[in-house]
Formats: sequence, C-alpha cells, structure tokens
Amino acid sequence: MGEWYWLPDYGWRFVEGIWVTLELLGIALFFGFLLAIPIGLVQVTGPRWLGAIARGYCTMIRGTPLLIQLWLLYYGLGSLFPYFPELRNSFIWPILREAFPYAAFAFILSVAAYEGHIMRGAFASVPKGELEAARAMGMGRFTVLRRIWLPRAIQNVLPTLAGEAVLTLKSVPLASTITIFDVFGVGGIVRQETYRIYEPLIFVGFIYLLITAVLVVLFRWLENRVPSANRA
Amino acid sequence: MKIIKSIIAAAVLSAAAMSTAQAELRLGLDSAPYEPFYARTAGGEWKGFEIEVGEALCKAMNEECVWVPIAWDGIIPALTSNKIDAIVASMSITEERMKTIDFSNKYYNTPAALIAPKASEIKSLDDLKGKTVGVQVSTTHANFAEAKIPGATVKTYQDFNEHNQDLFAGRVDAIVADSLALEPFLKSKEGEGMEVKLTLKDEAIFGLGVGAGVRKADTELKDKFNKAIAQILEDGTYDEIAKKYFAFDIYGGAN
Repeated sequence: MGEWYWLPDYGWRFVEGIWVTLELLGIALFFGFLLAIPIGLVQVTGPRWLGAIARGYCTMIRGTPLLIQLWLLYYGLGSLFPYFPELRNSFIWPILREAFPYAAFAFILSVAAYEGHIMRGAFASVPKGELEAARAMGMGRFTVLRRIWLPRAIQNVLPTLAGEAVLTLKSVPLASTITIFDVFGVGGIVRQETYRIYEPLIFVGFIYLLITAVLVVLFRWLENRVPSANRA
Repeated sequence: MKIIKSIIAAAVLSAAAMSTAQAELRLGLDSAPYEPFYARTAGGEWKGFEIEVGEALCKAMNEECVWVPIAWDGIIPALTSNKIDAIVASMSITEERMKTIDFSNKYYNTPAALIAPKASEIKSLDDLKGKTVGVQVSTTHANFAEAKIPGATVKTYQDFNEHNQDLFAGRVDAIVADSLALEPFLKSKEGEGMEVKLTLKDEAIFGLGVGAGVRKADTELKDKFNKAIAQILEDGTYDEIAKKYFAFDIYGGAN
C-alpha cells in the first residue's frame, strides 16, 4: 500500500499543520458566528437600511470565490503598503506583516456571510406567538432575544450550522496560497520534496476525515444538549 | 458488412499510424513565467533563453519538440507518469531529485542570490538573524534558507512572483532566489529599491547547474541530450543565443 517512509520525517510538521488548521477553523467559526447573529437579525427586525446592508454583504461574499477575497486582502492590501511608508513604523505593522491575520479575517468574513444568511432564516422561522408570549410575560426586547428568540433560532438550524462548519474546514487549505501551511500545505511540501503524489494526498485526506468526524460528533453532542421542541 | 469492416480497418490503421507518428518530444516547463528563461508573449508563444536553447537542442537531436506548460510542483510527477518526455525548465541538478529522475549534463549554471531593500544592512548571512526570508517552495533556494540561514524565519511561497511582491510590500526582509531570474524584478518599478546583497555558493545544495530532466529508464534520450548540448556548445549556436540575453558566461565554465 504505497510508500510511507517519509511519514516519520514530516510527523512534527503535520502536527503543526493540524494545529494551524484547527486554529484557523476555530477562530473563523467562533467570530464568524458572533457576527452572523446581528447580520441575520437585522434582516428580520430591520431597520430596513441596515437589513439591506446586511443582505448586500451576504450576497457579495457568497457570490465571490473565497480565494479571491483572500488574495485581495493579502496581496491587494500588501501592494498598497509601500505607498504609506509610515505604516512600517506603526504599532500594527507586526500584524500587517504576518499572513495569519489576513487568513483569519477572510475566513471570519466568509463564515459571517454564510451563517448570517442561515441565521436570517432561523430568526424568521421562530413562531411569532412565542415571542409575543414572552413579551406578555414582561420580558424586555433584549431578554426575549437572549432567552427565547436566539436559542430557538439556533435550535432550528444546528444541523445546517454543522454542515457549514464542515465546509469551512475544507476551505482552510486556501490559506496555503498565502504562505500559511496548514495540513494541506504540509502535504504539498511532502509531495514536492519526495515526489510522491498519492500517499501524502491520501494521508491529508484521512486527517480531514478525522477532523470532520470530530466536528460531527461535537455538533451532535450540542444538538442533544439543546432540547428540541420537535422531538418527542 | 464489408463497408463496416473496412471502416474499422481504416480506423485501426490510422490509430496505429498516429501512435507511431507520435515522435514529438514533449518538453515540460513551468506554467508560470520565469524570465528571462521562459515566458509567454501576448500571442501565447514561448520566448526566452531556455526556449531558444531547448529548440536548438531539438534541432541538434533532429526531433520535433512541443512545449508543455505544467504547474511547477507537478512537473516531476508529470515526467515520471509519462505526460512529458523531458523537463527543460531551469531545474537544478540535485541529489534529491536524482533519486527520482535523471538529468542530462548542465546547459547553464547561475549563482543564487539574496536580495533585500537597498537601505537594509545585510552584509552576511548572520545579519539575517530574526529576519524573515522569502523563498519559493521546493527549490534549492528554499533548502538553502532552511539549512544555512541561522535564526531567520523562512516564509515559503508557492510562486516566484509572489515573494517578490511581498518583498516590495515589506512582509519579508530578503529573498533567496536565482540571481538571473531576479534581474527583471530588480529592473522593475517594484524592485528598483532592492539590490543583490549576497551571492550564494553551495554546491551540495544548489547542485551542479541546470540540466534537462529525463526519466531514469530513458538513457537513450539522456545521451541524445548530452550529445546535443556538446554540439551546440561547440558549433557556436549556444554562444549566439547566450549573447542575446546575458553579458556574461551563463554556461558557468567547464563542468
């Protein structure tokens, strides 16, 4: 079954690669979801103009390839730096120099758009009567959102969010085009240094399968913790 | 029935004819431009020093040649899986690569260089401690940076032009790459603030120069390349081409 002599030599780099993948995924999902809540909410509650901006944002991000967004951010912005020499002495220069923040930012923006779109539907799907009942109980608007609307919305779309998380995991390899070597990038290095094609690809594929399995289990556990109205 | 039979016969015959007529030699090169060695004109034609040398070699070998552009990281697999017959793509002859493929004798040899902004004070490799050095993935330059620049962070790019761009942007402090390949960049608007700080020599890492990569089993083709290289060196074709591109001895002296 192929030649695997290279695996011990690259073991540590793969561990680093897996860490980079998980780090980017975790940051993207966490902050992306935080942004997705207001993006989804304003499309349901208004004000109208804010809803229009949120909808426009979702359309723009969902309508263009993530790779282009990533490159526009990294190389596009980078090509402007030399025209602002004072930037290089500023306190944010160490951050601007690194590739990681650009990747994290691009992935957060992407997750926010895709999940924002999902959350819009999720907020809209919670029966009005429940919200009115909560108001009648004397809850304030924010308390309704926190205790009724948001939990009910999330409950409805948890399986969809799980699917998004898995898709996001598989977008992370794009980061290797801007010098961040995630699992996929490390696999690429192995491929180029050993000239073996199938084994590194199969190995990397297997790692993604494992991470996906962990994600699926994690979301299933979450789903089970949230009591569902639809379940007897 | 007869008609069908003759159609089939004709088809079989022409298929056989096609397979024997496939005497074209497929030369693989990087699909991304690598000036002044090879680049595509707006019309889609390949131009450059290596293209002219390659075509002179084909003429000397009496072969019809076609250029097949392939992404750099897939170029050796393309050779071993028979999608091309030889690599003529500025590939340095190294021991690591010799494990998988074979090479003809060199047809040129240029030193590696380290470039950085003119203002930066880099006088030796030790001055790069704590700095970031950009290299292209899976090149001899990347191997050199990993092994021989103590205390520097090595940033690995998929593409030659991308690390140039990031040197311009200031995200890397220096680049290790082929001195000649860097020349067009140093002349460009983005590169005019940069200069060659160090010329790097390390035969164990940079290898013996650039040769044509061939499959290990293909000793016949390797011999043909060697003969052709010797021939164009001798009859002046090589010098004639080299003169058009370089002001110095690109062949890099005797082997």
